[in-house]
Amino acid sequence: MAADAGAFEAGPPGRRARLRLSGLLWRRPWLKALGLLTPPLAVFVIVYIGALSVLFVSSFWTVNAFTAAIEHTWTLANYRLIFSSGQPYLHIAALTLEIAAAVTLTDAVLAFPLAYFMARLAGGRTRAILFVMVLLPLWSSYLVRVYAWQAMLSHDGAINWWLNKLGLPDQNLAYTNWAMWIVFSYVWLPFMVLPVYAGLERIPDSYLEASADLGARGFKTLRSVILPLALPGLVAGSIFTFSLTLGDYITPLLVGGPSSQFIGNVVYDFVGINANVPFAAAFATIPLLIMGAYLLIARRLGAFEAL
Amino acid sequence: MSSRSTRISLAVWSVLVIAFLWIPLVVIALYAFNSSNIQSWPIPGWSLHWFRMAWHDPDVRNAFLLSLKVGLATTGIALVLGTMAATAVARFRFFGRETVSFLLVLPLALPGILTGMALNSFLFSFAGITASMWTIVIGHATFCVVVVYNNVVARLRRSSPSLIEASQDLGADGWQTFRFVVWPVLSTALVAGGLLAFALSFDEVIVTTFTAGAQETVPIFILDNLRTGKNLPIVNVVAFFVIVLTVIPVVLAQRVMRDTGVTRRGAAEVTEGVEAAEIPAV
Repeated sequence: MAADAGAFEAGPPGRRARLRLSGLLWRRPWLKALGLLTPPLAVFVIVYIGALSVLFVSSFWTVNAFTAAIEHTWTLANYRLIFSSGQPYLHIAALTLEIAAAVTLTDAVLAFPLAYFMARLAGGRTRAILFVMVLLPLWSSYLVRVYAWQAMLSHDGAINWWLNKLGLPDQNLAYTNWAMWIVFSYVWLPFMVLPVYAGLERIPDSYLEASADLGARGFKTLRSVILPLALPGLVAGSIFTFSLTLGDYITPLLVGGPSSQFIGNVVYDFVGINANVPFAAAFATIPLLIMGAYLLIARRLGAFEAL
Repeated sequence: MSSRSTRISLAVWSVLVIAFLWIPLVVIALYAFNSSNIQSWPIPGWSLHWFRMAWHDPDVRNAFLLSLKVGLATTGIALVLGTMAATAVARFRFFGRETVSFLLVLPLALPGILTGMALNSFLFSFAGITASMWTIVIGHATFCVVVVYNNVVARLRRSSPSLIEASQDLGADGWQTFRFVVWPVLSTALVAGGLLAFALSFDEVIVTTFTAGAQETVPIFILDNLRTGKNLPIVNVVAFFVIVLTVIPVVLAQRVMRDTGVTRRGAAEVTEGVEAAEIPAV
Protein backbone atom coordinates (compact mmCIF):
# COMPACT_ATOMS: atom_id res chain seq x y z
CA MET A 1 0.00 0.00 0.00
CA ALA A 2 1.34 3.43 -0.94
CA ALA A 3 1.73 6.31 1.45
CA ASP A 4 -1.46 6.68 3.36
CA ALA A 5 -3.57 9.74 2.68
CA GLY A 6 -4.40 9.53 6.38
CA ALA A 7 -6.01 6.79 8.42
CA PHE A 8 -9.51 7.87 7.43
CA GLU A 9 -8.88 7.41 3.74
CA ALA A 10 -7.25 4.02 4.15
CA GLY A 11 -8.70 0.86 2.70
CA PRO A 12 -10.09 -0.29 -0.63
CA PRO A 13 -11.36 2.29 -3.16
CA GLY A 14 -15.02 1.45 -2.47
CA ARG A 15 -14.61 2.43 1.12
CA ARG A 16 -12.82 5.62 0.17
CA ALA A 17 -15.70 6.65 -2.10
CA ARG A 18 -18.20 5.88 0.65
CA LEU A 19 -16.26 8.01 3.11
CA ARG A 20 -16.17 10.87 0.64
CA LEU A 21 -19.92 10.61 0.18
CA SER A 22 -20.65 10.67 3.89
CA GLY A 23 -18.28 13.63 4.24
CA LEU A 24 -20.12 15.47 1.50
CA LEU A 25 -23.47 14.78 3.07
CA TRP A 26 -22.14 15.85 6.45
CA ARG A 27 -20.94 19.21 5.12
CA ARG A 28 -24.21 19.85 3.34
CA PRO A 29 -27.04 18.62 5.60
CA TRP A 30 -29.68 20.12 3.31
CA LEU A 31 -28.54 17.72 0.60
CA LYS A 32 -29.16 14.80 2.94
CA ALA A 33 -32.55 16.13 4.01
CA LEU A 34 -33.49 16.65 0.39
CA GLY A 35 -32.37 13.15 -0.56
CA LEU A 36 -34.29 11.62 2.31
CA LEU A 37 -37.45 13.57 1.76
CA THR A 38 -37.79 13.59 -2.01
CA PRO A 39 -38.65 9.92 -2.68
CA PRO A 40 -41.41 9.52 -0.07
CA LEU A 41 -42.92 12.93 -0.76
CA ALA A 42 -42.73 12.60 -4.54
CA VAL A 43 -44.51 9.25 -4.49
CA PHE A 44 -47.01 10.53 -1.99
CA VAL A 45 -47.81 13.82 -3.72
CA ILE A 46 -48.03 12.29 -7.19
CA VAL A 47 -50.09 9.24 -6.27
CA TYR A 48 -52.20 10.33 -3.34
CA ILE A 49 -52.60 14.09 -3.63
CA GLY A 50 -52.72 13.76 -7.41
CA ALA A 51 -55.48 11.18 -7.22
CA LEU A 52 -57.50 13.26 -4.76
CA SER A 53 -57.15 16.35 -6.95
CA VAL A 54 -58.25 14.53 -10.09
CA LEU A 55 -61.21 13.22 -8.13
CA PHE A 56 -62.22 16.64 -6.89
CA VAL A 57 -61.90 18.20 -10.32
CA SER A 58 -63.91 15.41 -11.91
CA SER A 59 -66.85 16.18 -9.61
CA PHE A 60 -67.46 19.22 -11.85
CA TRP A 61 -67.66 17.08 -14.99
CA THR A 62 -70.51 14.93 -16.25
CA VAL A 63 -71.01 11.58 -17.87
CA ASN A 64 -72.65 11.32 -21.27
CA ALA A 65 -75.86 9.34 -20.76
CA PHE A 66 -75.48 7.45 -24.04
CA THR A 67 -71.77 6.78 -24.43
CA ALA A 68 -70.92 6.68 -20.69
CA ALA A 69 -67.83 8.75 -21.52
CA ILE A 70 -66.77 11.55 -19.18
CA GLU A 71 -67.38 14.99 -20.69
CA HIS A 72 -64.86 17.57 -19.61
CA THR A 73 -67.19 20.55 -19.45
CA TRP A 74 -67.51 22.50 -16.21
CA THR A 75 -70.87 22.16 -14.55
CA LEU A 76 -72.49 22.13 -11.12
CA ALA A 77 -75.07 19.57 -12.27
CA ASN A 78 -73.81 16.84 -9.92
CA TYR A 79 -74.07 19.10 -6.90
CA ARG A 80 -77.49 20.35 -7.95
CA LEU A 81 -78.69 16.76 -8.23
CA ILE A 82 -77.54 15.99 -4.68
CA PHE A 83 -79.43 18.96 -3.25
CA SER A 84 -82.58 18.66 -5.35
CA SER A 85 -85.60 17.80 -3.25
CA GLY A 86 -86.94 14.86 -5.22
CA GLN A 87 -83.71 12.86 -4.76
CA PRO A 88 -82.83 10.53 -1.87
CA TYR A 89 -79.27 11.82 -1.47
CA LEU A 90 -79.78 14.39 1.28
CA HIS A 91 -81.78 11.83 3.23
CA ILE A 92 -78.95 9.31 2.86
CA ALA A 93 -76.38 11.88 4.00
CA ALA A 94 -78.56 12.70 7.02
CA LEU A 95 -78.88 9.03 8.00
CA THR A 96 -75.10 8.59 7.71
CA LEU A 97 -74.50 11.62 9.92
CA GLU A 98 -77.09 10.56 12.51
CA ILE A 99 -75.65 7.06 12.87
CA ALA A 100 -72.09 8.45 13.01
CA ALA A 101 -73.13 10.84 15.80
CA ALA A 102 -75.02 8.12 17.72
CA VAL A 103 -72.06 5.74 17.44
CA THR A 104 -69.63 8.41 18.67
CA LEU A 105 -71.82 9.18 21.69
CA THR A 106 -72.33 5.48 22.50
CA ASP A 107 -68.62 4.76 22.32
CA ALA A 108 -67.79 7.74 24.54
CA VAL A 109 -70.24 6.49 27.18
CA LEU A 110 -68.97 2.90 26.98
CA ALA A 111 -65.28 3.86 26.88
CA PHE A 112 -64.96 6.55 29.55
CA PRO A 113 -65.54 4.42 32.69
CA LEU A 114 -63.36 1.62 31.30
CA ALA A 115 -60.58 4.06 30.41
CA TYR A 116 -60.88 5.67 33.85
CA PHE A 117 -60.62 2.30 35.57
CA MET A 118 -57.59 1.35 33.45
CA ALA A 119 -55.78 4.65 33.92
CA ARG A 120 -56.42 5.47 37.56
CA LEU A 121 -57.68 2.47 39.54
CA ALA A 122 -56.21 -0.72 38.08
CA GLY A 123 -52.82 -1.97 39.27
CA GLY A 124 -49.91 -2.36 36.85
CA ARG A 125 -50.67 -5.97 35.96
CA THR A 126 -54.43 -5.55 35.55
CA ARG A 127 -53.82 -2.46 33.48
CA ALA A 128 -51.45 -4.30 31.13
CA ILE A 129 -53.97 -7.12 30.68
CA LEU A 130 -56.84 -4.69 30.02
CA PHE A 131 -54.68 -2.79 27.56
CA VAL A 132 -54.04 -5.93 25.51
CA MET A 133 -57.72 -6.93 25.81
CA VAL A 134 -58.66 -3.60 24.15
CA LEU A 135 -55.81 -3.61 21.64
CA LEU A 136 -56.34 -7.10 20.21
CA PRO A 137 -59.97 -6.65 19.08
CA LEU A 138 -58.91 -3.40 17.42
CA TRP A 139 -56.32 -5.21 15.33
CA SER A 140 -58.27 -8.35 14.59
CA SER A 141 -60.01 -8.19 11.26
CA TYR A 142 -62.71 -5.54 10.89
CA LEU A 143 -64.59 -7.65 8.37
CA VAL A 144 -64.57 -10.73 10.60
CA ARG A 145 -65.94 -8.70 13.50
CA VAL A 146 -68.81 -7.37 11.38
CA TYR A 147 -69.46 -10.92 10.20
CA ALA A 148 -69.53 -12.15 13.81
CA TRP A 149 -72.39 -9.75 14.51
CA GLN A 150 -74.19 -10.74 11.33
CA ALA A 151 -74.15 -14.32 12.61
CA MET A 152 -75.12 -13.35 16.17
CA LEU A 153 -77.98 -11.03 15.17
CA SER A 154 -79.56 -13.44 12.70
CA HIS A 155 -82.95 -14.94 13.52
CA ASP A 156 -81.61 -18.19 15.02
CA GLY A 157 -78.37 -16.57 16.18
CA ALA A 158 -76.83 -16.21 19.61
CA ILE A 159 -78.58 -12.96 20.60
CA ASN A 160 -82.09 -14.33 20.24
CA TRP A 161 -81.06 -17.55 21.96
CA TRP A 162 -79.82 -15.59 24.99
CA LEU A 163 -82.91 -13.38 24.98
CA ASN A 164 -85.10 -16.50 25.05
CA LYS A 165 -83.01 -17.91 27.89
CA LEU A 166 -83.73 -14.74 29.84
CA GLY A 167 -87.44 -15.13 29.10
CA LEU A 168 -87.56 -12.30 26.54
CA PRO A 169 -89.12 -12.51 23.07
CA ASP A 170 -87.14 -12.68 19.81
CA GLN A 171 -85.88 -9.36 18.45
CA ASN A 172 -85.55 -8.97 14.70
CA LEU A 173 -82.48 -6.78 14.86
CA ALA A 174 -80.73 -8.12 11.78
CA TYR A 175 -80.81 -5.85 8.72
CA THR A 176 -82.04 -2.73 10.54
CA ASN A 177 -80.55 0.64 11.49
CA TRP A 178 -80.34 -0.68 15.06
CA ALA A 179 -78.03 -3.42 13.85
CA MET A 180 -75.80 -0.83 12.14
CA TRP A 181 -75.70 1.24 15.34
CA ILE A 182 -74.67 -1.80 17.43
CA VAL A 183 -72.07 -3.06 14.97
CA PHE A 184 -70.45 0.34 14.34
CA SER A 185 -70.32 1.04 18.09
CA TYR A 186 -68.69 -2.36 18.52
CA VAL A 187 -66.03 -2.17 15.83
CA TRP A 188 -64.83 1.37 16.62
CA LEU A 189 -64.98 1.15 20.44
CA PRO A 190 -61.23 0.49 20.95
CA PHE A 191 -60.45 3.64 18.94
CA MET A 192 -62.27 5.62 21.65
CA VAL A 193 -60.86 3.74 24.66
CA LEU A 194 -57.17 4.27 23.83
CA PRO A 195 -57.02 8.09 23.46
CA VAL A 196 -59.35 8.61 26.45
CA TYR A 197 -57.12 6.30 28.49
CA ALA A 198 -54.02 8.23 27.42
CA GLY A 199 -55.70 11.52 28.37
CA LEU A 200 -56.86 10.31 31.79
CA GLU A 201 -53.49 8.78 32.59
CA ARG A 202 -51.79 12.14 32.15
CA ILE A 203 -53.86 13.88 34.86
CA PRO A 204 -51.59 14.29 37.92
CA ASP A 205 -52.89 12.78 41.17
CA SER A 206 -52.27 16.09 42.90
CA TYR A 207 -55.05 17.74 40.89
CA LEU A 208 -57.58 15.30 42.25
CA GLU A 209 -56.19 15.68 45.77
CA ALA A 210 -56.39 19.45 45.47
CA SER A 211 -59.97 19.19 44.33
CA ALA A 212 -60.82 16.99 47.34
CA ASP A 213 -58.95 19.31 49.71
CA LEU A 214 -61.04 22.18 48.43
CA GLY A 215 -64.13 20.20 49.43
CA ALA A 216 -65.29 18.88 46.07
CA ARG A 217 -67.09 15.55 46.20
CA GLY A 218 -66.60 12.79 43.65
CA PHE A 219 -69.15 14.08 41.16
CA LYS A 220 -67.99 17.67 41.38
CA THR A 221 -64.38 16.59 40.81
CA LEU A 222 -65.47 14.53 37.83
CA ARG A 223 -67.36 17.42 36.26
CA SER A 224 -65.00 20.32 37.01
CA VAL A 225 -61.56 18.66 36.95
CA ILE A 226 -61.51 15.27 35.23
CA LEU A 227 -63.88 15.87 32.32
CA PRO A 228 -62.31 19.16 31.13
CA LEU A 229 -58.86 17.56 31.26
CA ALA A 230 -60.09 14.42 29.51
CA LEU A 231 -61.91 16.36 26.80
CA PRO A 232 -59.02 16.42 24.26
CA GLY A 233 -58.79 12.62 24.54
CA LEU A 234 -62.53 12.24 24.04
CA VAL A 235 -62.44 14.53 21.00
CA ALA A 236 -59.46 12.63 19.59
CA GLY A 237 -61.36 9.35 19.96
CA SER A 238 -64.45 10.88 18.38
CA ILE A 239 -62.44 11.80 15.27
CA PHE A 240 -61.91 8.09 14.67
CA THR A 241 -65.40 6.84 15.52
CA PHE A 242 -67.04 9.63 13.51
CA SER A 243 -64.79 9.55 10.45
CA LEU A 244 -64.69 5.76 10.25
CA THR A 245 -68.47 5.53 10.38
CA LEU A 246 -68.89 8.35 7.89
CA GLY A 247 -66.76 6.64 5.24
CA ASP A 248 -67.93 3.06 5.70
CA TYR A 249 -70.05 1.05 3.32
CA ILE A 250 -69.28 -2.52 4.38
CA THR A 251 -71.33 -2.56 7.57
CA PRO A 252 -74.47 -1.10 5.92
CA LEU A 253 -73.99 -3.67 3.16
CA LEU A 254 -73.71 -6.64 5.53
CA VAL A 255 -75.98 -5.83 8.47
CA GLY A 256 -78.08 -2.86 7.28
CA GLY A 257 -81.54 -3.17 5.76
CA PRO A 258 -82.82 -2.16 2.33
CA SER A 259 -83.33 1.44 3.54
CA SER A 260 -79.96 1.61 5.34
CA GLN A 261 -77.94 3.12 2.51
CA PHE A 262 -74.92 5.18 3.57
CA ILE A 263 -73.05 7.85 1.61
CA GLY A 264 -70.39 5.17 1.05
CA ASN A 265 -72.85 2.73 -0.53
CA VAL A 266 -74.08 5.31 -3.03
CA VAL A 267 -70.52 6.31 -3.86
CA TYR A 268 -69.50 2.68 -4.31
CA ASP A 269 -72.43 1.95 -6.62
CA PHE A 270 -71.77 5.05 -8.70
CA VAL A 271 -68.10 4.14 -9.16
CA GLY A 272 -68.91 0.52 -10.01
CA ILE A 273 -72.33 -0.41 -11.34
CA ASN A 274 -73.42 3.03 -12.56
CA ALA A 275 -69.98 4.02 -13.88
CA ASN A 276 -70.54 7.65 -12.98
CA VAL A 277 -67.38 8.75 -11.19
CA PRO A 278 -68.16 12.49 -11.43
CA PHE A 279 -71.36 12.11 -9.42
CA ALA A 280 -69.68 9.76 -6.92
CA ALA A 281 -66.92 12.35 -6.51
CA ALA A 282 -69.43 15.13 -5.90
CA PHE A 283 -71.27 13.08 -3.29
CA ALA A 284 -67.98 12.09 -1.61
CA THR A 285 -67.10 15.76 -1.05
CA ILE A 286 -69.86 15.85 1.60
CA PRO A 287 -67.99 13.59 4.08
CA LEU A 288 -64.76 15.33 3.03
CA LEU A 289 -66.11 18.78 3.96
CA ILE A 290 -67.69 17.49 7.17
CA MET A 291 -64.43 15.85 8.25
CA GLY A 292 -62.50 19.01 7.35
CA ALA A 293 -64.75 21.11 9.60
CA TYR A 294 -64.62 18.44 12.32
CA LEU A 295 -60.81 18.37 12.28
CA LEU A 296 -60.63 22.17 12.54
CA ILE A 297 -62.92 22.17 15.59
CA ALA A 298 -61.01 19.25 17.08
CA ARG A 299 -57.75 21.16 16.75
CA ARG A 300 -59.31 24.08 18.62
CA LEU A 301 -60.23 21.71 21.45
CA GLY A 302 -56.65 20.42 21.64
CA ALA A 303 -57.37 16.97 20.29
CA PHE A 304 -54.19 16.77 18.23
CA GLU A 305 -51.98 17.12 21.31
CA ALA A 306 -53.92 14.18 22.77
CA LEU A 307 -53.16 11.85 19.89
CA MET B 1 -60.51 9.20 46.90
CA SER B 2 -63.24 7.48 45.00
CA SER B 3 -65.52 5.55 47.27
CA ARG B 4 -65.61 1.78 47.43
CA SER B 5 -68.94 1.53 45.61
CA THR B 6 -67.69 3.76 42.77
CA ARG B 7 -64.63 1.59 42.37
CA ILE B 8 -66.68 -1.60 42.30
CA SER B 9 -69.17 -0.25 39.76
CA LEU B 10 -66.32 0.98 37.54
CA ALA B 11 -64.71 -2.46 37.71
CA VAL B 12 -68.00 -4.16 36.83
CA TRP B 13 -68.54 -1.76 33.93
CA SER B 14 -65.02 -2.48 32.66
CA VAL B 15 -65.59 -6.22 32.78
CA LEU B 16 -68.86 -5.82 30.86
CA VAL B 17 -67.28 -3.66 28.14
CA ILE B 18 -64.38 -6.11 27.76
CA ALA B 19 -66.91 -8.95 27.48
CA PHE B 20 -68.75 -6.95 24.80
CA LEU B 21 -65.46 -6.64 22.91
CA TRP B 22 -64.58 -10.33 23.14
CA ILE B 23 -67.82 -12.35 22.97
CA PRO B 24 -68.33 -11.86 19.20
CA LEU B 25 -64.75 -12.92 18.53
CA VAL B 26 -65.19 -16.07 20.62
CA VAL B 27 -68.52 -16.86 18.96
CA ILE B 28 -67.14 -16.56 15.44
CA ALA B 29 -64.05 -18.60 16.35
CA LEU B 30 -66.35 -21.37 17.65
CA TYR B 31 -68.34 -21.39 14.40
CA ALA B 32 -65.21 -22.61 12.58
CA PHE B 33 -65.63 -25.94 14.43
CA ASN B 34 -69.32 -26.22 13.53
CA SER B 35 -70.17 -29.60 11.99
CA SER B 36 -73.36 -28.27 10.34
CA ASN B 37 -73.38 -25.91 7.38
CA ILE B 38 -76.20 -23.88 8.95
CA GLN B 39 -75.22 -20.91 11.09
CA SER B 40 -77.49 -21.41 14.09
CA TRP B 41 -76.89 -21.02 17.81
CA PRO B 42 -76.19 -23.06 19.86
CA ILE B 43 -73.81 -24.97 17.61
CA PRO B 44 -75.31 -28.44 17.03
CA GLY B 45 -72.07 -30.44 16.80
CA TRP B 46 -68.31 -30.15 16.55
CA SER B 47 -66.02 -31.13 13.71
CA LEU B 48 -62.79 -30.26 11.92
CA HIS B 49 -64.40 -31.11 8.58
CA TRP B 50 -64.44 -27.50 7.31
CA PHE B 51 -60.78 -27.01 8.12
CA ARG B 52 -59.97 -29.79 5.67
CA MET B 53 -62.32 -28.33 3.07
CA ALA B 54 -60.82 -24.85 3.42
CA TRP B 55 -57.28 -26.24 3.24
CA HIS B 56 -57.97 -27.85 -0.13
CA ASP B 57 -59.98 -24.92 -1.54
CA PRO B 58 -57.94 -23.27 -4.35
CA ASP B 59 -59.76 -19.93 -3.93
CA VAL B 60 -58.77 -19.79 -0.27
CA ARG B 61 -55.17 -20.67 -1.07
CA ASN B 62 -54.91 -18.05 -3.78
CA ALA B 63 -56.46 -15.41 -1.55
CA PHE B 64 -54.01 -16.13 1.27
CA LEU B 65 -51.09 -16.14 -1.15
CA LEU B 66 -52.11 -12.81 -2.68
CA SER B 67 -52.69 -11.20 0.73
CA LEU B 68 -49.31 -12.43 1.89
CA LYS B 69 -47.53 -11.05 -1.20
CA VAL B 70 -49.35 -7.72 -0.99
CA GLY B 71 -48.65 -7.48 2.75
CA LEU B 72 -44.94 -8.13 2.32
CA ALA B 73 -44.54 -5.71 -0.60
CA THR B 74 -46.53 -3.03 1.23
CA THR B 75 -44.48 -3.51 4.39
CA GLY B 76 -41.24 -3.20 2.41
CA ILE B 77 -42.32 0.04 0.75
CA ALA B 78 -43.70 1.43 3.99
CA LEU B 79 -40.43 0.66 5.82
CA VAL B 80 -38.26 2.40 3.24
CA LEU B 81 -40.41 5.48 2.61
CA GLY B 82 -41.57 5.80 6.24
CA THR B 83 -38.02 5.66 7.60
CA MET B 84 -36.73 8.20 5.07
CA ALA B 85 -39.47 10.69 5.83
CA ALA B 86 -39.12 10.11 9.58
CA THR B 87 -35.35 10.70 9.51
CA ALA B 88 -35.78 13.92 7.56
CA VAL B 89 -38.48 15.23 9.88
CA ALA B 90 -36.81 14.21 13.15
CA ARG B 91 -33.25 15.24 12.28
CA PHE B 92 -33.58 18.36 10.13
CA ARG B 93 -35.37 21.66 10.46
CA PHE B 94 -36.83 22.92 7.21
CA PHE B 95 -39.69 24.93 5.85
CA GLY B 96 -42.94 22.94 5.79
CA ARG B 97 -41.82 20.30 8.27
CA GLU B 98 -45.19 20.26 10.03
CA THR B 99 -46.93 19.86 6.68
CA VAL B 100 -45.08 16.61 6.03
CA SER B 101 -46.55 14.96 9.14
CA PHE B 102 -49.98 16.30 8.26
CA LEU B 103 -49.76 15.02 4.67
CA LEU B 104 -48.70 11.54 5.74
CA VAL B 105 -51.55 11.21 8.24
CA LEU B 106 -54.16 12.29 5.68
CA PRO B 107 -54.88 8.81 4.21
CA LEU B 108 -55.73 7.64 7.71
CA ALA B 109 -57.70 10.71 8.77
CA LEU B 110 -59.86 10.80 5.66
CA PRO B 111 -62.54 8.15 5.11
CA GLY B 112 -61.09 5.14 3.29
CA ILE B 113 -63.68 5.37 0.57
CA LEU B 114 -62.16 8.67 -0.60
CA THR B 115 -58.70 7.13 -0.91
CA GLY B 116 -60.23 4.13 -2.63
CA MET B 117 -62.24 5.91 -5.29
CA ALA B 118 -59.55 8.53 -5.87
CA LEU B 119 -56.99 5.80 -6.59
CA ASN B 120 -59.55 3.87 -8.62
CA SER B 121 -60.18 6.66 -11.10
CA PHE B 122 -56.57 7.85 -11.01
CA LEU B 123 -54.94 4.46 -11.66
CA PHE B 124 -57.45 2.86 -13.99
CA SER B 125 -59.06 5.76 -15.89
CA PHE B 126 -56.50 8.56 -15.69
CA ALA B 127 -53.21 6.63 -15.86
CA GLY B 128 -54.63 3.67 -17.77
CA ILE B 129 -52.95 0.99 -15.62
CA THR B 130 -54.59 -2.44 -15.43
CA ALA B 131 -55.31 -3.96 -12.04
CA SER B 132 -52.50 -6.08 -10.62
CA MET B 133 -50.99 -6.95 -7.30
CA TRP B 134 -49.16 -3.62 -7.46
CA THR B 135 -52.30 -1.51 -7.71
CA ILE B 136 -53.40 -3.08 -4.42
CA VAL B 137 -49.95 -2.42 -2.95
CA ILE B 138 -50.10 1.27 -3.94
CA GLY B 139 -53.46 1.61 -2.19
CA HIS B 140 -52.20 -0.06 0.98
CA ALA B 141 -48.88 1.79 1.02
CA THR B 142 -50.63 5.20 1.22
CA PHE B 143 -51.82 4.50 4.76
CA CYS B 144 -49.11 2.03 5.92
CA VAL B 145 -46.23 4.50 5.48
CA VAL B 146 -47.52 6.58 8.38
CA VAL B 147 -47.48 3.61 10.78
CA VAL B 148 -43.75 3.09 10.25
CA TYR B 149 -43.19 6.86 10.18
CA ASN B 150 -44.85 7.32 13.60
CA ASN B 151 -42.82 4.58 15.22
CA VAL B 152 -39.50 5.75 13.78
CA VAL B 153 -40.07 9.45 14.51
CA ALA B 154 -40.88 8.62 18.14
CA ARG B 155 -37.73 6.53 18.45
CA LEU B 156 -35.44 9.11 16.77
CA ARG B 157 -36.72 11.87 19.03
CA ARG B 158 -35.58 9.83 22.02
CA SER B 159 -32.12 8.98 20.69
CA SER B 160 -29.32 11.49 20.40
CA PRO B 161 -28.07 12.63 16.97
CA SER B 162 -24.60 13.01 18.49
CA LEU B 163 -24.24 9.20 18.37
CA ILE B 164 -23.90 9.47 14.60
CA GLU B 165 -21.41 12.33 14.85
CA ALA B 166 -19.35 10.28 17.29
CA SER B 167 -19.38 7.34 14.91
CA GLN B 168 -18.16 9.53 12.05
CA ASP B 169 -15.49 11.16 14.21
CA LEU B 170 -14.19 7.67 14.90
CA GLY B 171 -13.81 7.10 11.15
CA ALA B 172 -16.83 5.00 10.31
CA ASP B 173 -18.29 5.38 6.84
CA GLY B 174 -22.01 5.70 6.11
CA TRP B 175 -22.66 1.98 5.97
CA GLN B 176 -20.74 1.24 9.16
CA THR B 177 -22.53 4.05 10.97
CA PHE B 178 -25.81 2.63 9.79
CA ARG B 179 -24.94 -0.97 10.68
CA PHE B 180 -23.45 -0.38 14.14
CA VAL B 181 -25.12 2.81 15.37
CA VAL B 182 -28.36 3.62 13.55
CA TRP B 183 -29.67 0.08 13.17
CA PRO B 184 -29.37 -0.95 16.85
CA VAL B 185 -31.24 2.24 17.81
CA LEU B 186 -33.97 1.84 15.22
CA SER B 187 -34.33 -1.92 14.80
CA THR B 188 -37.14 -2.57 17.28
CA ALA B 189 -39.09 0.48 16.10
CA LEU B 190 -38.75 -0.78 12.52
CA VAL B 191 -39.79 -4.33 13.40
CA ALA B 192 -42.81 -3.10 15.34
CA GLY B 193 -43.79 -0.61 12.64
CA GLY B 194 -43.36 -3.24 9.94
CA LEU B 195 -45.50 -5.79 11.81
CA LEU B 196 -48.28 -3.25 12.33
CA ALA B 197 -48.13 -2.20 8.67
CA PHE B 198 -48.41 -5.86 7.65
CA ALA B 199 -51.40 -6.43 9.93
CA LEU B 200 -53.05 -3.30 8.56
CA SER B 201 -52.51 -4.36 4.94
CA PHE B 202 -53.63 -7.94 5.57
CA ASP B 203 -56.95 -6.73 6.96
CA GLU B 204 -57.80 -3.88 4.58
CA VAL B 205 -61.12 -4.04 2.70
CA ILE B 206 -62.44 -0.66 1.62
CA VAL B 207 -59.48 0.67 -0.37
CA THR B 208 -58.82 -2.83 -1.74
CA THR B 209 -62.30 -3.17 -3.24
CA PHE B 210 -61.47 -0.13 -5.38
CA THR B 211 -57.95 -1.10 -6.45
CA ALA B 212 -58.07 -4.91 -6.77
CA GLY B 213 -60.05 -5.31 -9.98
CA ALA B 214 -61.08 -8.97 -10.15
CA GLN B 215 -58.34 -10.22 -7.78
CA GLU B 216 -59.27 -11.65 -4.39
CA THR B 217 -57.32 -10.91 -1.21
CA VAL B 218 -58.49 -12.68 1.94
CA PRO B 219 -60.83 -9.86 3.06
CA ILE B 220 -62.25 -9.60 -0.47
CA PHE B 221 -62.81 -13.37 -0.51
CA ILE B 222 -64.72 -13.12 2.78
CA LEU B 223 -66.71 -10.10 1.61
CA ASP B 224 -67.72 -11.66 -1.70
CA ASN B 225 -68.94 -14.83 0.02
CA LEU B 226 -70.78 -12.89 2.72
CA ARG B 227 -72.60 -10.83 0.08
CA THR B 228 -73.74 -13.88 -1.80
CA GLY B 229 -74.23 -15.98 1.35
CA LYS B 230 -72.20 -18.80 -0.19
CA ASN B 231 -69.50 -21.02 1.34
CA LEU B 232 -70.16 -19.69 4.84
CA PRO B 233 -68.64 -22.73 6.63
CA ILE B 234 -65.40 -22.14 4.72
CA VAL B 235 -65.58 -18.42 5.47
CA ASN B 236 -65.82 -19.37 9.17
CA VAL B 237 -62.53 -21.25 8.99
CA VAL B 238 -60.88 -18.42 7.03
CA ALA B 239 -62.19 -15.94 9.63
CA PHE B 240 -60.67 -18.08 12.38
CA PHE B 241 -57.26 -17.97 10.72
CA VAL B 242 -57.51 -14.27 9.96
CA ILE B 243 -58.11 -13.52 13.64
CA VAL B 244 -55.12 -15.62 14.62
CA LEU B 245 -52.92 -14.20 11.85
CA THR B 246 -53.64 -10.54 12.56
CA VAL B 247 -53.27 -10.99 16.30
CA ILE B 248 -49.80 -12.58 16.07
CA PRO B 249 -48.04 -9.53 14.52
CA VAL B 250 -49.62 -7.23 17.11
CA VAL B 251 -48.55 -9.39 20.04
CA LEU B 252 -45.07 -9.64 18.53
CA ALA B 253 -44.90 -5.88 18.01
CA GLN B 254 -45.82 -5.33 21.67
CA ARG B 255 -43.18 -7.86 22.76
CA VAL B 256 -40.49 -6.25 20.67
CA MET B 257 -41.23 -2.81 22.06
CA ARG B 258 -41.30 -4.11 25.63
CA ASP B 259 -37.98 -5.90 25.28
CA THR B 260 -36.25 -2.59 24.60
CA GLY B 261 -36.77 -1.80 28.26
CA VAL B 262 -39.12 1.08 27.63
CA THR B 263 -42.35 -0.67 28.56
CA ARG B 264 -44.50 2.36 29.10
CA ARG B 265 -43.20 4.27 26.12
CA GLY B 266 -43.26 1.14 24.07
CA ALA B 267 -46.94 0.73 24.79
CA ALA B 268 -47.44 4.37 23.92
CA GLU B 269 -45.70 3.90 20.59
CA VAL B 270 -47.85 0.94 19.67
CA THR B 271 -50.82 3.07 20.63
CA GLU B 272 -49.57 5.85 18.42
CA GLY B 273 -49.45 3.41 15.56
CA VAL B 274 -52.88 2.16 16.43
CA GLU B 275 -54.39 5.58 16.80
CA ALA B 276 -52.89 6.81 13.62
CA ALA B 277 -54.11 3.64 12.04
CA GLU B 278 -57.35 2.40 11.26
CA ILE B 279 -58.99 5.22 9.82
CA PRO B 280 -58.99 3.24 8.41
CA ALA B 281 -58.58 1.03 7.17
CA VAL B 282 -59.54 -0.55 8.35
